[in-house]
Amino acid sequence: MLTIKKLHKSYPIGDRSLHVLKGIDLSVDEGEMVAIMGSSGSGKSTLLNIIGMLDEADEGEYILDGVTIKNLTEKKAAIYRNKFLGFIFQSFNLINYKTAQENVTLPLYYQGLKRKERQEKSLFHLEKVGLRDWADHHPSELSGGQKQRVAIARALAANPKLLLADEPTGALDTKTSYEIMAFLQQLNDEGKTLLIVTHEEDIANMCKRIVRLKDGVIMEDVKVDQVRAEQYV
Amino acid sequence: MFKFLFERDTWQEVFDSLNKNKLRSILTMVGVWWGILLLIALLGSARGLENSFNRLFGSFATNSVFIWGQSTSKPFKGFQEGKRVRLSLTDAKKVEENIEGIEFVIPRNQNQGLVVRGELSGTFGINGDYPLLDKVQKVNLMHGRFINQNDIDNRKKVAVISESIYKQVFEKDEEAIGELIQINGMNFMVVGLFEDSNINMGPRTEIHIPFTTFQQIYNQGDQIGWMMITGKPEYDIRQIEEDSKLMLKNLNKIHPQDKRAFGSFNLGSEFAKMTGFLTGMQFLTWFVGIATLIAGVFAIGNILLITVKERTKEIGVRRALGATPFEIKRQIVVEAVTLTLIAGFFGIISGGWILIALDSAFGQGPDATIVNASVSIAVVFVAIIILVILGTLIGLIPAFKATSIKPIEALREE
Repeated sequence: MLTIKKLHKSYPIGDRSLHVLKGIDLSVDEGEMVAIMGSSGSGKSTLLNIIGMLDEADEGEYILDGVTIKNLTEKKAAIYRNKFLGFIFQSFNLINYKTAQENVTLPLYYQGLKRKERQEKSLFHLEKVGLRDWADHHPSELSGGQKQRVAIARALAANPKLLLADEPTGALDTKTSYEIMAFLQQLNDEGKTLLIVTHEEDIANMCKRIVRLKDGVIMEDVKVDQVRAEQYV
Repeated sequence: MFKFLFERDTWQEVFDSLNKNKLRSILTMVGVWWGILLLIALLGSARGLENSFNRLFGSFATNSVFIWGQSTSKPFKGFQEGKRVRLSLTDAKKVEENIEGIEFVIPRNQNQGLVVRGELSGTFGINGDYPLLDKVQKVNLMHGRFINQNDIDNRKKVAVISESIYKQVFEKDEEAIGELIQINGMNFMVVGLFEDSNINMGPRTEIHIPFTTFQQIYNQGDQIGWMMITGKPEYDIRQIEEDSKLMLKNLNKIHPQDKRAFGSFNLGSEFAKMTGFLTGMQFLTWFVGIATLIAGVFAIGNILLITVKERTKEIGVRRALGATPFEIKRQIVVEAVTLTLIAGFFGIISGGWILIALDSAFGQGPDATIVNASVSIAVVFVAIIILVILGTLIGLIPAFKATSIKPIEALREE
């Protein structure tokens, strides 16, 4: 589903450049749930951004669902993002002046779906995250966990092949974090492929595979026995 | 490409974004609103002044000059300096026949006279006139008729009197037409009643009597008080004035360089001065209005630019969710255009209110300084088109700014 070969990325800092990713090789199959771990500065977010087509690698190969992602125009990148990827952010990144439902509708809007279809789909996904009754509420009226669930519904709305989560539980307390993880696990059970960046061991252990990054290289890539989050909820 | 303009979703997005950021939207609109308001109010007032001016001069053939005799300032051909100059009918005829570009020449005589009717009396300006006068200086008749050729030919004792005489020598609501009044002891029949003009060119005129009658009763012979010369529209009235004066000097044996011999009032050049002034004022109005408008639109651009920075994250999210840069740009431009248009419409409406207020304050009655202060629909359309163009252009700046930020930077956690 996703193949990365010899990926390099550096950022210019002043007149020097900071080599953030130093040759990453990674391959993710459909239905996997991968945790990408590492301390800050390890390059895990950069990797996620490249996978998310928000950023581009300097060198190396990136193939997503059989499509080589290279030299994308902004327009193409936008279309691929919309088609292939769903984003879940640490700080939710909901649009404050839009209701929960309107937020979920947004990717569908950019997909060019008809209004009615969008409404149906967005309600369906809100239902899925258990927030159908909150459809008309604004993000400010929701708790952190609820916001993240709206964000997940939004990420799911466009039916992406790959869900990318950047510290999805970073802004949540433990209990809520587990709830979210339980939900993500459920999505994975249903067949969705997930890539989760985290620096918390317990969160990482709820995935099926852990990739550890340090100083821009993969230190360890192991399959783990998934800890089910439901038991803690 | 413009299909999106007819889609409900586009407007939903725009109005959501504007509506949910009310303060920003309102602040943004104030600039354009003010610009349009000024433009409309200024243009309307300028038009009002022009209208009042036209109303004032409307009853005159503006391509006219009045010439009368004074006294010479230079000795010539044996005549002493200070010779009294009097124009004659022959002069008028010669001028009319020989000077190029003349429409017509109207001789007039003028005198003061005592008007008596029963117990009531008053002294008024009496003019001996030809029917043609009506063509040059419109006589606004309220009742009856003006002097006609028959009156002239038969030296009839008929008079066309002004409203103010009527008020002095007639009772209220009394029928004046057909009544007799005495002018210098002679009976004249009133055949017409005219409205007082609010502008007077030349001596006060309150009674018009046939020229020939005047000639006879005052024993004027060939002499005339003054002549009114009207030029054809395509001729320069100042040239006609010069030519006529030169010819009159020649006819009356006056030194060609004598500046005092003839007095004149050139309505044409006065009118041209006023028209020039009005044109200048209109230009200034447009200039000020459009400058204000541009300033307003820049204010919008500025605020949009600030809010784009504020909305960087939102734009980043939208792009992560699959919005193409074009869609982002389009939305920001549509937002800008919508804001300018809404502000513009409010400006047009409140500008209209100002004109209504001006009209009720200064626009009423015959002496109004601002008459029918208004702006033509064409001007309003031009203003709207300018607004749309400026709105689009100014919307492009923040739009490009918005899409030049990489989504990754926009989304970076702080």
